[in-house]
Amino acid sequence: MSETYRPMWEQLGLDLQSHDALLGVLGQSYKDIYLTQKNRPEGMSYFDFVMSEVHGLRIKELLDEKAEGRKIIGSYCVFVPEEIALAAKATLVGLCSGADFAMEEVDKILPRNTCALIKSSFGFKLGKVCPYLESADLIVGENTCDGKKKAYESLGHLVDNLYVMDLPQVKSEEGKALLRSEYKRFKEAVEQLTGVSITVESLQEAIQTVNAKRAALYRLSSLRKADPAPISGLDALLANQVFFYDNPARFTESVNTICDELEKRIQEKQGSFPEKTPRILVSGCPQAVPNWKLPMIVESAGAVIVGEESCVGERGTRNLTDDSGETVEDMMEAIVDRYFQVDCAIFTPNPDRPQHNLEMSDDSKADGVIHYGLQFCQPYLMEAIPVEKALEEKNIPCLRVETDYSMEDVGQLKTRVEAFVEQLR
Amino acid sequence: MRFAGIDIGSRTIKLVAVDEAGQMKASFLADTGFDPITAAKKLLAEVSFERIMATGYGRNLFEIAFDAPTVTEIKAHATGARAIFPEARTVLDIGGQDSKAISLFENGKVKKFEMNDRCAAGTGKFLEIMAKTLGYDLEAFGREALFAENDLNISSMCTVFAESEVTSLIAKGNNRREIARGLHISVIRRAAGMINRVSSEGDIVFSGGVAKNPCMAAFLTDKLGRRVLIPENPQSIGALGAALLALEKKASA
Repeated sequence: MSETYRPMWEQLGLDLQSHDALLGVLGQSYKDIYLTQKNRPEGMSYFDFVMSEVHGLRIKELLDEKAEGRKIIGSYCVFVPEEIALAAKATLVGLCSGADFAMEEVDKILPRNTCALIKSSFGFKLGKVCPYLESADLIVGENTCDGKKKAYESLGHLVDNLYVMDLPQVKSEEGKALLRSEYKRFKEAVEQLTGVSITVESLQEAIQTVNAKRAALYRLSSLRKADPAPISGLDALLANQVFFYDNPARFTESVNTICDELEKRIQEKQGSFPEKTPRILVSGCPQAVPNWKLPMIVESAGAVIVGEESCVGERGTRNLTDDSGETVEDMMEAIVDRYFQVDCAIFTPNPDRPQHNLEMSDDSKADGVIHYGLQFCQPYLMEAIPVEKALEEKNIPCLRVETDYSMEDVGQLKTRVEAFVEQLR
Repeated sequence: MRFAGIDIGSRTIKLVAVDEAGQMKASFLADTGFDPITAAKKLLAEVSFERIMATGYGRNLFEIAFDAPTVTEIKAHATGARAIFPEARTVLDIGGQDSKAISLFENGKVKKFEMNDRCAAGTGKFLEIMAKTLGYDLEAFGREALFAENDLNISSMCTVFAESEVTSLIAKGNNRREIARGLHISVIRRAAGMINRVSSEGDIVFSGGVAKNPCMAAFLTDKLGRRVLIPENPQSIGALGAALLALEKKASA
């Protein structure tokens, strides 16, 4: 695709040479990790196409939307409400943060002991290789963990369109009031950016669009309960990852098409892995594209991942927004209600998360849970211990892994994961 | 009929053969070197067997070269330790380049395990390099540490940092035995932390090359107040476990 899109990338200010290198690595690892899988649902060919065009056709679409007057908003977090963006005729996209890039440059700005996700987002900016970031009219940062909070101060010097959203850390009335006022402020900022006022109709339609997208993923995750698992964890994770990039309506349709196919597969007892394959729930930090390291290790160790208790997974997609409000204010309140339930580890205390781990292990019929923590991610690494405790009290084995995006610990991780899988058999 | 287990570790390769009753009939050891497959081939020439199972960090290399099934070090050590101490519920293995603590269910299945991170801190390699820095051979290193009269705290766990810490302690004129003791204690602290995360009581079976160091076992007992059981040939426990699993596999096939 590179020849066709070169002028576009150049126009966006990408570093073409580095970008070529990135696409080369991305394409190769997709081929090695995804295309070598056996018994994939046919519907995954849509996602293969999306991934092959993730910096190409999708960016062209966004630029075409921009030419028609829509605005593009980039975000790094599931707390940024897509409903508000869509209602004001803006498109929300997730920004790249799933691979190490330009690390020498990043080390000049961030301390070494910063998590891989934050470092990656800076690497994509400094290396000039994220077309989503460069297409964005507004970049939304959010005060979640301390690492991100402080990093946005530095990111503010690298981009001229950063908007920082404050977020509560306690699920109290005061916390909710903060979220309410921050969403109101965000709504105003988006309206100002696009020049479009949000109406009852536009907000309701936006809520329905996003609900449909979440419902499709929810349907997908319910189908993963079957044994044999009708879809690999790698493929299901990919669907959850593409959620952040794709056109919402097309995404919903594609996921539903896969679900139709999976229903047939389940009836025919067809799986991506044989029946009785050990089943694993992955819990913890988000896994952004192209971070497929853990699922690749797990699924090549003879287990199947049946759920993600993660921002890129059920934490980000559970709960729909009530669309029955009769005024914009009612629906804004419904949005606050929906997002205030997200059980991110930045909240204290956060009893919902161990509880969700128990519920999800039960629902997905998982034999064990792997807690995925990014090195230096204090909130999730701390919470890993109470999550593990809650699981073990119910006799659900849990393995805590702590890693980053590099490949140097793959050997050690493989041994751990294989031993954990042996433990589950 | 014999069944073999081969444990390709970072420092040494261990090969054990058992008979159909699971009794150890032969045990061999060789340096891994830079070409583990050639080293393994030489060992394999020593023994005949019907079936072999590989474990250790080189297990996947072996799997490809010899088309043999593999098992992780964790399960292999758990199985080997239980064969010698049938009541064992906790296993500590400190090998050349990694260390692990394993707790077992009553039936011998792995309940939980902890492994060291990506570096060699607190492993055999750490002790080996530190012994060299102090001018001891490995055997004298553990023995001499036992003679130290005072505690000396070594704070670095990283091999590279600990080496410079030791060098500066030597330069300050500290007692060599006490430095040796401090180094052993620093490894024990780390091992004890791992054990405590997986199990809080009962005897501990100590396997792996580092279990041959008398100082380690003594300090571990002191630190945890739990009995530490050391098999006669602690380095071969992983290979023994693999051999027994090869036998089991035959039984179930």
